[in-house]
Amino acid sequence: MAKRKEKAPKIVLKDEITTKNAWLYGNWQTRLSLIIMGFGNFVNKQIIQGLIYLAIEILYIFYMVTTGIGTIKDFITLGTVAQQEVFNESTQMYEYIVGDNSMLCLLYGVVTIFITVFFVVAMCTSMRSAYESQVKVQNGTKPLNFVETLRSLKQQKLQSSMLSFPVLGIVLFNILPTTFMILIAFTNYDKDHQTPGNLFHWVGFENFQKMFASGGRLAHTFWPVLSWTLIWAVFATVTSFLLGLILAIVINRKGTRFKPFWRFIFVLSIAVPQFVSLLTMRTIFHASGPVNILLKNAGIITDSIPFWQDGTLAKVMIILINIWIGVPYTMLQTTGILQNIPQDLYEAADVDGAGPVIKFFKITLPYIMFVMTPYLITQFTGNINNFNVIYLLSGGGPERLDYYYAGETDLLITWLYKVTITNKDFNIGAVISILIFILMAIFALVTYRHTGSYKDEEAFQ
Amino acid sequence: MKKKRFITNSIVHVILAILGAVWVLPILYVILTSFRKEGGTYKTYIIPKEFTLDNYKALWEAAGTLDYKKWFLNTLIVALASCIIAAFLTVCVAYVMSRLRFKMRKPFMNIAMVLGLFPGFMSMIAIYYILKGFNLLETGQLKLFALVLVYSGGAGLGFLVAKGFFDTIPKSLDEAAYIDGATKWDVFTKITIPLSKPIIVYTVLTAFMGPWVDYIFAKVILGQDRDHYTIAIGLWTMLEKEFEKYYYTQFFAGCVVISIPIAILFLLTQKCYTETVGGAVKG
Repeated sequence: MAKRKEKAPKIVLKDEITTKNAWLYGNWQTRLSLIIMGFGNFVNKQIIQGLIYLAIEILYIFYMVTTGIGTIKDFITLGTVAQQEVFNESTQMYEYIVGDNSMLCLLYGVVTIFITVFFVVAMCTSMRSAYESQVKVQNGTKPLNFVETLRSLKQQKLQSSMLSFPVLGIVLFNILPTTFMILIAFTNYDKDHQTPGNLFHWVGFENFQKMFASGGRLAHTFWPVLSWTLIWAVFATVTSFLLGLILAIVINRKGTRFKPFWRFIFVLSIAVPQFVSLLTMRTIFHASGPVNILLKNAGIITDSIPFWQDGTLAKVMIILINIWIGVPYTMLQTTGILQNIPQDLYEAADVDGAGPVIKFFKITLPYIMFVMTPYLITQFTGNINNFNVIYLLSGGGPERLDYYYAGETDLLITWLYKVTITNKDFNIGAVISILIFILMAIFALVTYRHTGSYKDEEAFQ
Repeated sequence: MKKKRFITNSIVHVILAILGAVWVLPILYVILTSFRKEGGTYKTYIIPKEFTLDNYKALWEAAGTLDYKKWFLNTLIVALASCIIAAFLTVCVAYVMSRLRFKMRKPFMNIAMVLGLFPGFMSMIAIYYILKGFNLLETGQLKLFALVLVYSGGAGLGFLVAKGFFDTIPKSLDEAAYIDGATKWDVFTKITIPLSKPIIVYTVLTAFMGPWVDYIFAKVILGQDRDHYTIAIGLWTMLEKEFEKYYYTQFFAGCVVISIPIAILFLLTQKCYTETVGGAVKG
């Protein structure tokens, strides 16, 4: 907080450099900087800054005139000329005439929109910069020259310089693709409309209607997959947490010997990369894998147990294997916390004559929950999107013919994978993504808002 | 009373032993199979009849169509490059969010949270086409470069842990430096960074481990280009129907080889994480 005071300016005019103030209180040179970028800088002899702004504007106009406007047009139509096969009389052969590629039309359209947004931001920045200089002149100080502006990037404007690269990365690899996929949800980009051979078009909310139309194959798949996703996320989180906690307590109790040894045994499985243990587990429970062999050799069964072929059994197995993977993590985390619980709490409970069960529910559990709630939330959301466990174990199988390319153990996220990567129904995939987003958003709104670190992040500063 | 305690203790130890066996046996199976001399996939016994080191040798000689050594190098290069970029981006964002106050700060954090809610995989297809648009999917090397961009590009969003750490560095340190005439940049490079070794190591290590265990991003970008696979998809390929017969034991040897460095790194990360949670300046 002290920092804000430190750069508190001496003037009492409308000195806060915001776009709104610049527009309302700036002189005509300042306002003109919005249209002719860098104008205000030239007036105040900030030649280099002015040139940079002007260059941005010229580049933008050049881009828009040469390609930008065309891409916007294509973005609206998503291409009009499909690829055609034409018989060429002279060569006696069929030739392809290259048509519009709807996919690229959409992509370039989005890129142009992003460039335009960036340009609008630059326009506002130009006006603010002009206003800043205007305020400086009014107060009798000199506007910053170029070197001073550069230096301010290390001081007052450090956030701009430090955030530029990360934000560029986030825009390119997160926001742009996400926008793109949201838009796909409103087109008919499915396996019958693959580019570059075919065009696809805007269809509005048709895909969403299909997803929820009662009696449709999609709706018939969506609801079971959704409910299994939720059941899975709840079970996977709760079982791993509770069992891991109990294990930590058992190892930690007074009577247990060789504590480091037991901990080592259980932590060993964490050290193995998850995809390795998952692939191994899949082979171990394979129809002719070690478990079935052992049971057969022992004479307990004659036919292999179909661990991955039976829907219900596969579901149980996935949750059990997830316990195998998850319990050591919880144990590792809770062991430290258990050792931190003040011992006098237990002594006081002893004096009051509390038994071990009461002590667990009144002291241990509340204490652990206090520390572990954020961890549990991340675990739960992570499990909703736990692609690896499902895909590497059962592959979503056993497949159901009445489902839309999904199996009984498919989560929304693996269903999304199958629909898009295997079957190329990108529009349906995008709809599923948006639904996953809504699911996560509801959950996040309910929980994050209630956690302490969100409400009061400066508690420890 | 003493007798009762003895009985409970014995029961506890028996249960622990059984559970311990459940947790260790699969790992033991991996190790045993990796030394198995008999080829082919599933056998009617667990303990190999003959032991050999050939599976490990075969990995490095890469006689067949699947080249483990190449995968290993690919993954190593991708992991090294992306962990440096990712850590740089993450630390920058975390520091700005923790220490600087500006108008766009709260909106930025909210946007970051909202973006985090989208399944990252969904944007994969779009990223694929963006990379294609930049001609980054022409050759194998370029694909690996693209993979680095994919792993590190959005790293700025994962700033929360590091921000939490920077939040624990007392502001009085910064203020003392400002009085001595330091700029904010000076404070970042000369005070915050030296105090933040654990969190920087933690960020670097987590970013480094990502490419070793990621499956879907690598699969989408690399497609069928087996020579440029990373470890995770490579090992998965070994279990595909056409290869399983010949590579089953090599698969397990490959798993063992890959597990050792990852295990060491994981333990390091855990150590750094505990130090991180402990805070920067011990009171």
